Amino acid sequence: MKKTRLIDAEGFRRTINRLAHEVVERHTGAEGVAIVGIRTRGEYVAQRLAKIVEEISARKVPVGILDITLYRDDLRGRLDQPQLKSTNILFDVTGKVIVLVDDVLFTGRTIRAALNALTDLGRPALIELLVLIDRGHRELPIKADFIGKSVPTSLKQQIKVMMSETDGEDGVYLADPDEDGKEVSA
Amino acid sequence: MKLKSRHLLGLEGMTKEELRLILDTAVSFREILDRPIKKVPPLQGKTVVNLFFESSTRTRISFELAERRLSADVVSFSTAASSVSKGETLKDTARNIEAMKIDMVVIRHAAPGSAHFLSRVVDANVINAGDGGHEHPTQGLLDMYTLREKFGSLEGLRVCIVGDITHSRVARSNIYGLTTMGAKVSVCGPETLIPREIERLGVKVYHHLEDVIPEVDVLNVLRIQLERQKSGLFPSLREYHRFFGVTKEKVSRAPKPITIMHPGPINRDVELSADLADGEHSVILQQVTNGVAVRMAVLYLLGT
Repeated sequence: MKKTRLIDAEGFRRTINRLAHEVVERHTGAEGVAIVGIRTRGEYVAQRLAKIVEEISARKVPVGILDITLYRDDLRGRLDQPQLKSTNILFDVTGKVIVLVDDVLFTGRTIRAALNALTDLGRPALIELLVLIDRGHRELPIKADFIGKSVPTSLKQQIKVMMSETDGEDGVYLADPDEDGKEVSA
Repeated sequence: MKLKSRHLLGLEGMTKEELRLILDTAVSFREILDRPIKKVPPLQGKTVVNLFFESSTRTRISFELAERRLSADVVSFSTAASSVSKGETLKDTARNIEAMKIDMVVIRHAAPGSAHFLSRVVDANVINAGDGGHEHPTQGLLDMYTLREKFGSLEGLRVCIVGDITHSRVARSNIYGLTTMGAKVSVCGPETLIPREIERLGVKVYHHLEDVIPEVDVLNVLRIQLERQKSGLFPSLREYHRFFGVTKEKVSRAPKPITIMHPGPINRDVELSADLADGEHSVILQQVTNGVAVRMAVLYLLGT
């Protein structure tokens, strides 16, 4: 398996920094903005992002965590059941500008599920999507409003986002499958 | 991880990991119950039939709410208004309902083993909502959930089940589940209402509340069924209350406050005094709330 590093720890920091500035720029001082991360890594991106948004806007930004398991379209017929975790959004989403955060945007199915999960909690004024990596291959009409890096990939390749909270380091890797065509283990 | 069986027939034989999976999953569903919109979609398009051959308010409403909150289509049936009164057998009733293309069956029946029997004759997932004096697994699970929520862990927790152990499915499910999770379980009741050799299930037996109260963290008080008196198993309700009724005066002798549970419906001031049932150490209403979350977890784990 060949692994190429796309973003190193410093690049990771800079990317989230830039995204935070973009959010504050678009919503003049982050007024009414709340950030919601999709479990697992979207949660950590959201927390880091919120910290920077708060610093530059000098405004408290509520952060929530969304678990989309119950809204997945592939729940049935899976051999292993995904572990259900809790959604933890302690503020009312109604009327808020929600910046939905995930690490990788791929088919768009996760985001579809997240939109349903989020709108079941209330009626946000606006929902925007922020992703660290957009790797293409959408299967639904979904696009991101804030993108860390667009990476053209083939379907066989894998994007691996590593974050110090779970993986011991910050970085993004592009993994090619083995030459004998074997799938890369995640 | 997945549950090993397609059915939930009892807690006997379930592993610690399986029980933990159900309880952990229930934590997520408990959060949904506090939302303004208490509905999620995982069982969309699935049909659940509640077959209640025995009367029940709490369990049936709890199951129905759990099913609806998971977006399942729900049909409920009780004996009074059904063909059972025309002499149809359980097998025929079940197979006819299954022929209408349903996915899950929740059954409450007076005969022990009825849920097992049903699981052999239909293809749907079967959930036991109480089969005679055998098991009531979701009650056991919700009791365990409530205790875990309150104490953080079940390991080493000292729980005494008080009352008619012989005829109690709640007692059996609690004993199987709690002992598997590492709790220290005891039972207390008149000799006529405690099965012989129950020690084999890993529980300690007491016949005097005074002996057990200093030794436990939790009293799970069972409903005393008035019809047992007719069969001569205890002389009178007054006498039962005097010796086995849990009262404020009796629990005040414990070194620290004892948590009070009851599966309902309560005979106030018979097996449990009203002031304790409504008191600050009672978790009886939490049990009811948690019941919906636990049943959602079971339905979700079996149905998806």
